[in-house]
Amino acid sequence: MDGIHDLGGMQGFGPVPWSASEPSFHASWEGRVFALASLAIAAGVANPDAFRHAIERLDPVTYLTAGYYGRWLAATELLMKERAGKTLSPLASPGTLRAVDGAPRFALGDRVRTRRLHPSGHTRLPRYARGLRGTIALVHPSFVFPDTNAHERGENPEHVYAVRFAARELWGEGAEEGVQVYVDCFEGYLEPDVP
Amino acid sequence: MSPHDHDHDHDAAFALRTEALEALMTERGLVPPGAIEAIVRHYEQDVGPLNGARVVARAWADPAYRARLLADATGAIAELGFSGPQGEHMVAVENGPRVHNVVVCTLCSCYPWPVLGLPPSWYKDPAYRSRIVREPRRVLAEMGLALPEDVEIRVWDSSAEIRYLVLPERPAGTEGWDEARLVPLATRDAMIGVARAASPGDGDRA
Repeated sequence: MDGIHDLGGMQGFGPVPWSASEPSFHASWEGRVFALASLAIAAGVANPDAFRHAIERLDPVTYLTAGYYGRWLAATELLMKERAGKTLSPLASPGTLRAVDGAPRFALGDRVRTRRLHPSGHTRLPRYARGLRGTIALVHPSFVFPDTNAHERGENPEHVYAVRFAARELWGEGAEEGVQVYVDCFEGYLEPDVP
Repeated sequence: MSPHDHDHDHDAAFALRTEALEALMTERGLVPPGAIEAIVRHYEQDVGPLNGARVVARAWADPAYRARLLADATGAIAELGFSGPQGEHMVAVENGPRVHNVVVCTLCSCYPWPVLGLPPSWYKDPAYRSRIVREPRRVLAEMGLALPEDVEIRVWDSSAEIRYLVLPERPAGTEGWDEARLVPLATRDAMIGVARAASPGDGDRA
């Protein structure tokens, strides 16, 4: 979905609030929320993709003001409410690496174009990298496909590729010089770039 | 009301909601006794950037290990005993005199937990996530890392389940140093790619 979470390339957020070191959790509730969300995922309240999508479904103001663990709290509350009364089955197989039949469709160095997808549901193709030309820079293994898994429509694993985009392709004439951006793309996000 | 009071109220409200969520999940049988404390303890005490620093220091000290790390980061990192959630498939990207790598997750805040621990606040902040893919040269300069124009910047947006670790350049003046002495130079920020590795005698940004 084209939500507030898809922040790549947005303007106006100001300087990065860097700090040298900080505790894992700033308050004890943060640690407890982290643990509760982890337990909810392990118990099958939601798979990790559905959990990410629950965070994306928070309203934009909440997303920006609640902070990281505030979002985790709100997403876990939301999922517990939505799944109330349903029978839970713990995650069948851990992790997200899955074997697929068949060789990868693309090879190192192939020119590709990202599809112009704007699904209303979960996707891991950032808005700033849609409909653009890039090059396959790394051929990764195959993984659970988040776009269906987040909606309980199956794992449907696919190969994943690191696609290299020149900054100018992404940001146009004002782009910084000497910058390449690599985006990890599921195979279904890509089509061959036929000249 | 001062900003501090506001933060305090905000925090108190989240703490109350957390208690309510914990009660609900406990009632539904989703919270085994001691599980919360064990998870919190693990992420407060067992994982953190020191793990990644050991990986980097070994790669600096041992060329064969460096080659393994670049060819199969997941396996090489597991040799040192580090694995787990958000580290299922790792890729190491190496900095050099003409290449600088930096890692982000624009869509959420993906981060290689087994080697770096949980991400710092600024990494999760909209400012970093929005800007580092669009104006990395400027953002890095603002963060204290001004890169010469002839250094190519490679930004890795970890938009799938692959997690990236930056292998920083070994600092000058460390010739002959053993692994243990190199570990403190491999800082969290160097392994994300927003800083160079610390130099001998550097007290800052460790």
